[in-house]
Amino acid sequence: MRVTVRLFARLRDIAGASELAREVAAGATIGTVWRELAGEYPELEHYERSISSAVNADYARMDRVLCDGDEVAFLPPVSGG
Amino acid sequence: MVTSVLAVVRAPLELNALVAAVNDGTGGQGAVVTFLGLVRNHNVGRRVHYLEYEAFEPLAVKAFGRIAEEVRERWPGATLALHHRIGRLEIGEASVAIAAASAHRRDAYAACRYAIERVKQIAPIWKREFFDGGDVWIEGATADPEDRNALAEAERVACA
Repeated sequence: MRVTVRLFARLRDIAGASELAREVAAGATIGTVWRELAGEYPELEHYERSISSAVNADYARMDRVLCDGDEVAFLPPVSGG
Repeated sequence: MVTSVLAVVRAPLELNALVAAVNDGTGGQGAVVTFLGLVRNHNVGRRVHYLEYEAFEPLAVKAFGRIAEEVRERWPGATLALHHRIGRLEIGEASVAIAAASAHRRDAYAACRYAIERVKQIAPIWKREFFDGGDVWIEGATADPEDRNALAEAERVACA
């Protein structure tokens, strides 16, 4: 199945794209997508413990199972205000 | 003018619009407390030229909604308006504006303070600092709306 990955701030700079399309196996979780991305872009590994994630613009945990067409977002530590 | 109470905006912030937006029309409110966050010309020893803010907008607006709900749970009757600006902001410009209204000043102060603490903890917004000699993404809190320690810290600061 196909998911869209959204990246923000420094994560986007590391990957060089704000949006990526990825094929993942059925049963894949947010964590699956993250580990594949971190394999492609090793600098992302620094964020393993500090990222947050969202699915379809709602916060979600890394063990959340994805559906075809889901939009997964990875968020580095925030700095609003 | 109709003002969306919770919003991510690109135009300069208008505090008066937020003050108007938290008026519940009942006449029972006795206090409005406002907060403006400004772009500062220095940070950890660096001379800052300007900031660029970005947001994951749909989630940011939901996070603001969550914060407003948390405020209502803690200070019943309090109302909150919150706008965060994104894009390039110059020194002295406002990046975030908050208004909190309540029957009494104690709750209005607490609600306003709580709201800015929670924005900094959970809103998916990032600032990139452009300073003498370079630029850097500022990375603060790991955004986890359900983190009990963060919630407790925001409550502690609000009621100090």
